[in-house]
Amino acid sequence: MSETATCQTATDCVKLEPMTDLQNNTPSGRDLGPVDEQVAAFDAPLPLVSGQSFGPYHLAFETYGSLNATRSNAVLICHALNASHHVAGTRRDQPENRGWWDNMVGPGKPVDTDRFFVVGVNNLGSCFGSTGPSSMDPASGRPYGSQFPVITVEDWVNAQARLADRLGIERFAAVMGGSLGGMQALQWSIAYPSRVGHAVIIASTARLTAQNIAFNEVARRAILNDPEFHGGNYYSHGVVPRLGLSIARMVGHITYLSDDSMAQKFGRNLQSADRYQYGFEAEFQIESYLRHQGEKFSNYFDANTYLLITRALDYYDPTRRTDGSLTQALAPASCHFCLVSFTTDWRFSPERSREIVAALMEGGHAVTYSEIDAPHGHDAFLMADPQYHAVVRAYFDRIHQTLCEQHDQP
Amino acid sequence: MSRLPPLRPDLAHIADWVEPHTRVLDLGCGDGSLLAWLQAEKHCKVYGVEIDSEKLLSCISKGLSVVQGDIDHGLALLGRARFDVIILSQVLQATHRTEQLLQDIGRIGRKAIVSSPNFGHWSHVLSLLQGRMPVNARLPYQWFNTPNLHFATTRDFETLLDRLQLRVTRREYLQEQAHGMVPVRAFTALRATLAIYEFHATHSQKDSSP
Repeated sequence: MSETATCQTATDCVKLEPMTDLQNNTPSGRDLGPVDEQVAAFDAPLPLVSGQSFGPYHLAFETYGSLNATRSNAVLICHALNASHHVAGTRRDQPENRGWWDNMVGPGKPVDTDRFFVVGVNNLGSCFGSTGPSSMDPASGRPYGSQFPVITVEDWVNAQARLADRLGIERFAAVMGGSLGGMQALQWSIAYPSRVGHAVIIASTARLTAQNIAFNEVARRAILNDPEFHGGNYYSHGVVPRLGLSIARMVGHITYLSDDSMAQKFGRNLQSADRYQYGFEAEFQIESYLRHQGEKFSNYFDANTYLLITRALDYYDPTRRTDGSLTQALAPASCHFCLVSFTTDWRFSPERSREIVAALMEGGHAVTYSEIDAPHGHDAFLMADPQYHAVVRAYFDRIHQTLCEQHDQP
Repeated sequence: MSRLPPLRPDLAHIADWVEPHTRVLDLGCGDGSLLAWLQAEKHCKVYGVEIDSEKLLSCISKGLSVVQGDIDHGLALLGRARFDVIILSQVLQATHRTEQLLQDIGRIGRKAIVSSPNFGHWSHVLSLLQGRMPVNARLPYQWFNTPNLHFATTRDFETLLDRLQLRVTRREYLQEQAHGMVPVRAFTALRATLAIYEFHATHSQKDSSP
């Protein structure tokens, strides 16, 4: 880390040069240090899009930086499929556990916690702290399992809004997320226009394509058909559908990487021998890698949560209420938008982002869009590509500057 | 809050032709100077398209709505968005599908303002007579590294607009002076270094293909 990051205090309004680390591949900024998990309990049931309601429940979250006097500098980070509220820093109780977007969020980083009060929230239905299928159902004294309702992106956002109320945040300076997290940022802009200043939507889409849903379906079939699934109530059997979950993860993982990055990393390389074994063991390195990823995942992730989250992905489509018109679906939004896509992302390709951008332009919304030439496929949104981070940094610098100017006005 | 530096002279001429409170699209908007000015001074709703990553960052730092894209790939990235004014400031000569682009902007914009260098300027003619491609402050490139693909005179350009049924409603021929760019009235074909046109499509929404 060659950059000597200068600490910008919350009141410092000096405009930063956005390009300080463009030539530098290592992430800029300083370590956030140890962070603590917090939990907010909600007694009032949450009405769900499905018509059901759910509660009481609790949400796990973390916060970084400090909320300013006017409570105008809050940024909400929404997570994707397999992440959590642990966005940045290291957990005080688990020093090895570094946040999933630590290269993006922290002091002196593109989303600068010296300036912004950043909230990471764990969604309802997760297995990382918020109430989910593996949580105890107070009514039965057993884990919810199959009794846990199907939750949608809309429901998540409504639950996040309740957390914002609890934290005294009337309006977020920005709501930001990648992939499924980007869908939540998009939903915020539509459902709570007065509560969002900027929606930062990275490597995302407004709705899944048939191909996206197809991959999700394969993943779900693998879980549902695992003999250890027991209709979702595997907890009481003392087992987990490990095999199904690991296959689900393998399928998902393929869609996160680009053809090129896989070719470069593994090619047709064999595990050990340079001769074929003429069998079905993991001979190619890519096979072994995927199996390893699948097994690792099945040891910490909950199968019911995987089902729920992939379903939430499938269901999300803000155009269902507007006859397929994205322009109309986005009409209620009043925030500024920043979208970023990656050229080699074939899961949520640049075309999906461009579709949102075009609809926003048609509707006269403020929108910034950057298409990053990165080789890593969908996973690129988690990596510290210099141009990508420069775009996010410049965008948040500008948000910060605008906040400062507002404060200067009497 | 207006701390904007003065506009480059040719951009100032373009800005003069943009009505306040209109919806403006600048194709190849560069660092966004013109858009920032139009947004602040004329309260226009502005959008830019820019391919270059560094320039994109300049636009973001100015708080502009800017979309990264290659206008040579067509204007599909704009979807069904429509604009009051479309600006092409000295970019047309560097596009591959110039004709298509002109037709497209006639389709999605109420009017267009296009500036184009006049390659027929007398100094260029002189240079050619001496057996050399012109290289000067306005055309700082050698023949082997120029981004310019098309070398048109004002007359060539007007012929193309005419053929595409794009009706020129305003034009200005400019040349550099010590104090900026000033209009040229006589012998424009040889004396102008830059021409700015405002035009409208005359065949609204009609397919012009035979």
